Amino acid sequence: MTVDYIFDSLNQLLPELAGSSLFLIISMLLPIALLLGFITIYGFGVIYSEIKVSSFIQDKTGPMGQGPGLHAGKWGLLQPVADGLKLFIKEDIIPASADRPLFILAPFLIFIGALTSFIAVPFGEKIIITDMNIGIFYIVGMGSLAVIALILAGWSSNNKWALYGGMRSAAQIISYEIPAGISLVAVIMIASSLSMQEIIAYQSGGITNWIIFDNPFMPIVFIIFFISTLAETNRTPFDLPESESELVAGFVTEYSGTRYAIFFLSEYANMFVVSAVSATAFFGGWQSPVDGFLDSPAWSVFWMISKTFFLVFVMIWIRWTVPRLRVDQLMHMCWKVFIPIGLFNVFGVAIWTILRG
Amino acid sequence: MGLVHGEQMVLNIGPQHPATHGVLRLQVRTDGEVVSQITPYMGYLHRCFEKHCENVTYEQVIPFTDRCDYLSSMSMNFGYVVAMEKLMDIKVNDRVEHIRVIMAELQRIASHLLCTGVYGLDLGAFTPFLWALRDRERILDLFEFTCGARLLYNYMWVGGLSHDIPTGFVESTLEFLDYFEPKVDELENILAHNKILVERSADIGVMPKDVAISYGVTGPNLRASGVNWDLRKNDPYSIYDRFEFDVPVGVGGKGTVGDCWDRFYVRIIEIRESVKIIRQAIASMPKEGDVHQSLPKKIRPPKGSIYARTETPRGDLGYYIESDGSPIPYRLKMRSPAFTALSVLDEIASGWLLSDVLAILGSLDIVLGEIDR
Repeated sequence: MTVDYIFDSLNQLLPELAGSSLFLIISMLLPIALLLGFITIYGFGVIYSEIKVSSFIQDKTGPMGQGPGLHAGKWGLLQPVADGLKLFIKEDIIPASADRPLFILAPFLIFIGALTSFIAVPFGEKIIITDMNIGIFYIVGMGSLAVIALILAGWSSNNKWALYGGMRSAAQIISYEIPAGISLVAVIMIASSLSMQEIIAYQSGGITNWIIFDNPFMPIVFIIFFISTLAETNRTPFDLPESESELVAGFVTEYSGTRYAIFFLSEYANMFVVSAVSATAFFGGWQSPVDGFLDSPAWSVFWMISKTFFLVFVMIWIRWTVPRLRVDQLMHMCWKVFIPIGLFNVFGVAIWTILRG
Repeated sequence: MGLVHGEQMVLNIGPQHPATHGVLRLQVRTDGEVVSQITPYMGYLHRCFEKHCENVTYEQVIPFTDRCDYLSSMSMNFGYVVAMEKLMDIKVNDRVEHIRVIMAELQRIASHLLCTGVYGLDLGAFTPFLWALRDRERILDLFEFTCGARLLYNYMWVGGLSHDIPTGFVESTLEFLDYFEPKVDELENILAHNKILVERSADIGVMPKDVAISYGVTGPNLRASGVNWDLRKNDPYSIYDRFEFDVPVGVGGKGTVGDCWDRFYVRIIEIRESVKIIRQAIASMPKEGDVHQSLPKKIRPPKGSIYARTETPRGDLGYYIESDGSPIPYRLKMRSPAFTALSVLDEIASGWLLSDVLAILGSLDIVLGEIDR
């Protein structure tokens, strides 16, 4: 969408160069640059909110010093910038015994997975980089890239803790993709489309048309999907791959500086993507909760981001509340609880959809 | 656990590892996630406590006792002065006894708070840890108010105390207790009845009664196995026989008697019992009395030996003191409760998953300063 729009505008602006490959490259690079900017700003925002929400939950103030203005600053607003800066100017350490190419590749791969997922996330009727007809499928597929990156990181570090982390994450992410996928199947059956925009279009007309309220199965489907996304993004209570009290830092044990920052940023970017999928699939995406209320394109961005941020906030909230599951309990929950319930839900939704006509 | 076996891997947990509560090295043999054998290596924090004591005077030993179990220094002082007073046949006045009991029980609360909080941290819950530390901080403030130190107090002296309690201490303590009692419920709710924590700790690392007794495990770990044994009741020292309190024992609330959950929950109930004791001690404390009244001019115990034991937050702390009549101990031996608690680890934690081993280690509440001495 956005790519076509920029391409068309450029063609109209300079008709003598219309259709040149230069315009095509510009119109593809511009959204990517915007996207990187968005991820960076979002990263700072979400890290700041993680710090502050955890401080609120833990009865402390959190950072108050770093901030614009004088030394005292205000509410620690620049703390994430300082953290990021610290990581980026650190020495880049690669262990001597590490598998160098794979060790270097892993952070890139996880970031590519997070970044490319963003291009199918809709922020408004026209505000989407590419509206693929298989958008939701594409995001689920791209999300799987993370598992390769985590195994690479775990294996190439040549560290026993990292290996444990990598193996745990492989088992965990692959397993939890199944209940997440099954939950999305139910949504796809209702909306009869794999396109993100069409799923949103199906939910137009206010809060009562949202898919989560579509039939009695959908709240359960949403809960399964949400918990599975927690597992896929390695958030507590499923942060086994990097459980700091058991595995030191899991697959990121040997990473430091910029590479660590990239892992960190990708985790948060993935949180945004999966929450955006939740918001799209269950909460009407960029649609306003009340039909005709604040539904201009600018407000649609607001609705999308606030719905997504709310889900990200819930993830942060859960992280600072509950302990971590054990690896066999994790698998038990996935294969013996979520998948049977998920399949039952798919069956139920199918019957419901047929009966409704 | 599974039928599939792979190659065994030797994994060193520690000495620098977030879950070992200090500098402990656990050498574990793992088959995948399953741990088949655990060998604890300690001594990274060995500071020759007992040998040092043979070279300093009796009063100079007290700061060393502080540094053994740095999380319950008051109780360590207490044990030593009880032993010394028994050896020298000193009787201290009631006010001193009351203040000692109040301090020891406050210390017990502080230590158990840290233990329960860190147990949450070991299982991945960060928030309860900070809640526990927030309340522990108030207790440390009370200690600082009394003797100026927050961690290593050197407060209890042979025959008395270093200082009397300051004006306003009683009021601050009562105020703290009023604030603190609802916070215990909060801590209990977020941890003890949390479904995930129960799943992680119930039926895990079960320590049966006979294993606990044969390894000489004491304190809350022993009581969690269902043995009603608390030196404050069974062999009362100081003035503990004057107070009303219950000794909580493990009943297998969420699983088997003596599992991790029991060990954890016993400590939470003990916090409440300690609050009860402090309230009684404050109510019955004499208003007048010189805390320096029975301080001996010179500590020169008669020839002979003594073994005295007290109940610290971690269990049965014994001091064996051999005196040759000089102002310097001929031999001083400490029996530390955390040492026996650590020795039982291989017995109860082998065969569990790697995550469980660290959960079991956390539930034993060891302090390396006391194990290595």
